[in-house]
Amino acid sequence: METVDHVQLYRSIYRIRRFEETVLREFSHGFFFGTTHTYIGQEANAVAVLSHLQSGDIVVSNHRCHGHFIAYGGDIHALFAELMGKSTGICGGRGGSQHLHWQNFYSNGVLGGTVPLATGMALAEKHLGSGSIVICFVGDGALGEGIFYESLNMASLWQVPILLVVENNRIAQTTPIELNMAGSISSRFAAFNIPFQELDTSDVLEISPVAGNIMADVRSKVSPKALILNTHRFGPHSKGDDTRDPEEVAKFRQERDPVTIQAIRLDTEMRNQIESLVDDEIERAFHRAIDDPFPILGNQRSLRSIQGSD
Amino acid sequence: MPTVLNSLNNALLNAMSADPRVYLIGEDLLDPYGGAFKVSKGLSSKFPSRVITTPVSEAGIVGIGAGMALRGLRPVVEIMFGDFTALIADQIINHIAKYQWMYNDQVRVPIVIRTPMGGRRGYGPTHSQNLEKLYLGVPGLHVLSPCTLDDPGALLINAILFDENPVLFIENKLLYPEQVKNSELLADFSLIENPGSLSEVLDSSIESAASTPSYLVTIKEAPSPSITLATYGYMTELALKAALTLAYDYEVFVELIVFTQLAPFDISALQDSVSRTKRLLVVEEGNLTMGWGAEILARTYEALGSQGIYSRRLAAFDLPVPASKPLESTVLPDESDIVQSILEMNRLS
Repeated sequence: METVDHVQLYRSIYRIRRFEETVLREFSHGFFFGTTHTYIGQEANAVAVLSHLQSGDIVVSNHRCHGHFIAYGGDIHALFAELMGKSTGICGGRGGSQHLHWQNFYSNGVLGGTVPLATGMALAEKHLGSGSIVICFVGDGALGEGIFYESLNMASLWQVPILLVVENNRIAQTTPIELNMAGSISSRFAAFNIPFQELDTSDVLEISPVAGNIMADVRSKVSPKALILNTHRFGPHSKGDDTRDPEEVAKFRQERDPVTIQAIRLDTEMRNQIESLVDDEIERAFHRAIDDPFPILGNQRSLRSIQGSD
Repeated sequence: MPTVLNSLNNALLNAMSADPRVYLIGEDLLDPYGGAFKVSKGLSSKFPSRVITTPVSEAGIVGIGAGMALRGLRPVVEIMFGDFTALIADQIINHIAKYQWMYNDQVRVPIVIRTPMGGRRGYGPTHSQNLEKLYLGVPGLHVLSPCTLDDPGALLINAILFDENPVLFIENKLLYPEQVKNSELLADFSLIENPGSLSEVLDSSIESAASTPSYLVTIKEAPSPSITLATYGYMTELALKAALTLAYDYEVFVELIVFTQLAPFDISALQDSVSRTKRLLVVEEGNLTMGWGAEILARTYEALGSQGIYSRRLAAFDLPVPASKPLESTVLPDESDIVQSILEMNRLS
């Protein structure tokens, strides 16, 4: 039985929360450019699942990737810088909010298309005999994409070591799941003979042991599994596009906030100390990123290619 | 001499023998069938663990190939008909061709996607197209197209083993039974290989900007050519025949520039030729509008300015490719269309 590090789990959840709140707050002040999709409300999922990663394991993420990236161990300053389009960003500002790559972490903002990619990575690891597994995060919205099912079929057919984590926040951008999904999520995995577990909680301590067991299974049996995490996002899909009843969202926050749920396991002094350290870390990272330089393209003239015969 | 089919099949065999990271993925690849056009024949018997036959899931298998490539393998994915590349557009455009650049040059995606294109076999509107033009100009993607000149297998081996960029490898169906041209088969022609260079058009931070050759073909011991014909793929066969007809029947002499790398491409050999002949016909089997020829002409004019150059494009009608044989022949450009186009250009300029 692993000992649970309540402090570490709280710190991880709270860091993601503060990062995302800073992003939403500072977007309105013009420090960020482009778009973003925050993970507020879903933090326990990434923290619980990725606490069981082993060296060499691979994470494939989606448009809502900041929480996954931070839980993976990614650098907060480099993530701020990427969102600002700075040269010190994770991808030098080329990718922005949805397109991150660092070590074995990969994200892309086109839904569904990452699932065959993750399946192919798992197939590669199986053939290379590395013992590594792939964790692929998708939302309920991505289940509308046909390529998701092509990938499930081949993942099962070829028994590749992949864990598909469906974070079902019950809404795709502004469309509630009742208006876009027939049948159940679990029956989709059942149809392809992919074993699954389903949870409906925001408590990191409920998710973590289930995730740990299922990842151990993926590893030892070299086969695909699914983890369906029914969850809630408290923020908008992107920035100002939340069409839900504010009372409904307030109710989730009241009952299902992963920060509050984990916070009560710590004494007040410890909690204040963690929050103060994290707040400070995030403020410093944010301001450092503001001062970082923007990237420049090498050889810009020739990238324009041949324009005229001068 | 081997056929193009033999040459490509041998190239796959040699690439798989040379490098255990090479995998073949595609529909109906296993022996005894060996793929719909038999390019993969014999390989599953020789490398059973590295030839993976798949469900009918073009987008999925290309995405799987991309994942394998990102993790250090060198997959070759066969798409049974080029028409089905419409199904893999998201994987190519939003994933495969993006990753190297969008991840700040931290990754490479060395995947080769092979597919047969082209008509003249009566397969009808959805199994006869030349869709490569849809993929020309996608940043990060190399588009190659072999012909019977030189060594089509070498082009494929280089793409599989040495090109760190994703490659879309376009094989025209009618090329498969054609013989690769040795000096005997090329008796009437002289062939000069232009190695090609892309250093001018790519960011210096992007590695493996290697270009594949283009060929300059002229008729042996003929007077100076008065017209340049640019083409690629199977249209090269028809252009070579047309060149002989024009020389022997009309005493009109043509110089061919044959491309094997369609994108990104090196204009220098074509530029040299057109600056001599002042006339350019661009020939492609795909349909005309917004096609390969349009870009070739634009680049030529940008490079040479308006030095009295007369140019035309010959391509398929802007229609789907019909199944009926006489209709199909009308819609697609053939040898006599090339001859007629050049005679008209000769008359009008």
